Amino acid sequence: MKNRSLVSIDDFTTEEILRILDLTEEFEKEPTSRLLEGKVVATLFFEPSTRTRLSFESAISRLGGKIVGFSDASSSSVSKGETLNDTIRTVTNYCDLIVMRHPIEGSARFASEIATVPVINAGDGANQHPSQTLLDLYSIRKTQGKLDNLNIFMVGDLKYGRTVHSLMMAMSRWNATFNFISPEELKMPDEFKLYLDNLGLKYYEHNDFTDIISKADIIYMTRVQKERFSDPIEYEKVKNVYVLRNSMLKNTKPNMRILHPLPRVNEIHQDVDHNPKAYYFEQALNGVYTRQAILCSLLGIK
Amino acid sequence: MVVSAIQNGTVIDHVPARNLFKVIQILGLDRIDNQITFGTNLESKKLGRKAIIKISGLFFQDEDINRIALVAPDAKLNIIRDYEVVEKKVVEVPDSIVGIARCMNPKCITNFETVTTRFKVVSKKNVSLRCHYCEKITNQENLQII
Repeated sequence: MKNRSLVSIDDFTTEEILRILDLTEEFEKEPTSRLLEGKVVATLFFEPSTRTRLSFESAISRLGGKIVGFSDASSSSVSKGETLNDTIRTVTNYCDLIVMRHPIEGSARFASEIATVPVINAGDGANQHPSQTLLDLYSIRKTQGKLDNLNIFMVGDLKYGRTVHSLMMAMSRWNATFNFISPEELKMPDEFKLYLDNLGLKYYEHNDFTDIISKADIIYMTRVQKERFSDPIEYEKVKNVYVLRNSMLKNTKPNMRILHPLPRVNEIHQDVDHNPKAYYFEQALNGVYTRQAILCSLLGIK
Repeated sequence: MVVSAIQNGTVIDHVPARNLFKVIQILGLDRIDNQITFGTNLESKKLGRKAIIKISGLFFQDEDINRIALVAPDAKLNIIRDYEVVEKKVVEVPDSIVGIARCMNPKCITNFETVTTRFKVVSKKNVSLRCHYCEKITNQENLQII
């Protein structure tokens, strides 16, 4: 994988994904080392994303690497009207790898074609965020002991949620069954259902939780955002329907774990946090190890 | 004959009249010195109004001619040598499209920076293109030629 970029999860074969997950396991056992000593990583955040940036910077720092970059386009040359082309052509000279978050879709692919160093896409608009998908896969494999034949429940905003789309497509490599729980306005788009149909994978759609969550191996929660609704009354009607509470978890399977890409607002009630089935904060920790694995793979260190 | 015959060259027939100038642009016919005659708004049972282009002394490679598939999917080519049709060709939608089309996603990088658009053709029948950059689909209804 040396000198490759990671723009979309589909850039990696199944073997390559599993290799990253195995490496992640190694970093979980030994997160601190000097593997990135002497390396400079640029973190270019053209839009703020505190969580993703800190996770990457923590991963780099724990391996002894140095960081250059910016956390907000207003503090960079973009505010002077520089094109992305020029920013990337310049920054590629300063570093060994670029981590980039940008609001425009396809910007990461474009950057990876210009840069002479590997580019990791840390989110390009509503398109892709592959390091999130890899850490989700790692969290699933770690908690379930396998990736095959799992029953994955996805809840909330399934229309605009890029993390659920990428995770769904990735999990389809391992014969998953999907249950989609969302309000009518935020249903899984047809193109993704068609994708599952073509693979012959089963999926079910629901408008509320009901008792079906007793069959889940993974419940993947997402935020239902007010601004996604064209009609504010529709939002008021559904805003409390997609909230997971501790009392709802009684009949769920013992191996079931709850994931969430974070930040959470109210969609997981705080009374769930102490339930051993709540896994979202560990999931965030796994993100650091996963990013260490990605960085070292693309730099050809591991 | 509305458009006079040529001795050697290529005749492109069954071009939808409204896309004549797009075909000319895609094939770069406005930048060459060959003799070209064309007729447009000619009657056609199939297309309603069609256009025909005759280019003297020019023969196309298949991959070049397939570039017009997006705007003239039913076009037929006659290869002329010594006033005789020596070969007939039809246009085929290629597997990928470079340039030519605009990505319909207003948030796509190709609509912000100077980037040549690139698409993977995911459906040839009802043309459907996946953007190499933003991965969104552009289909026949919202297809725009650059």
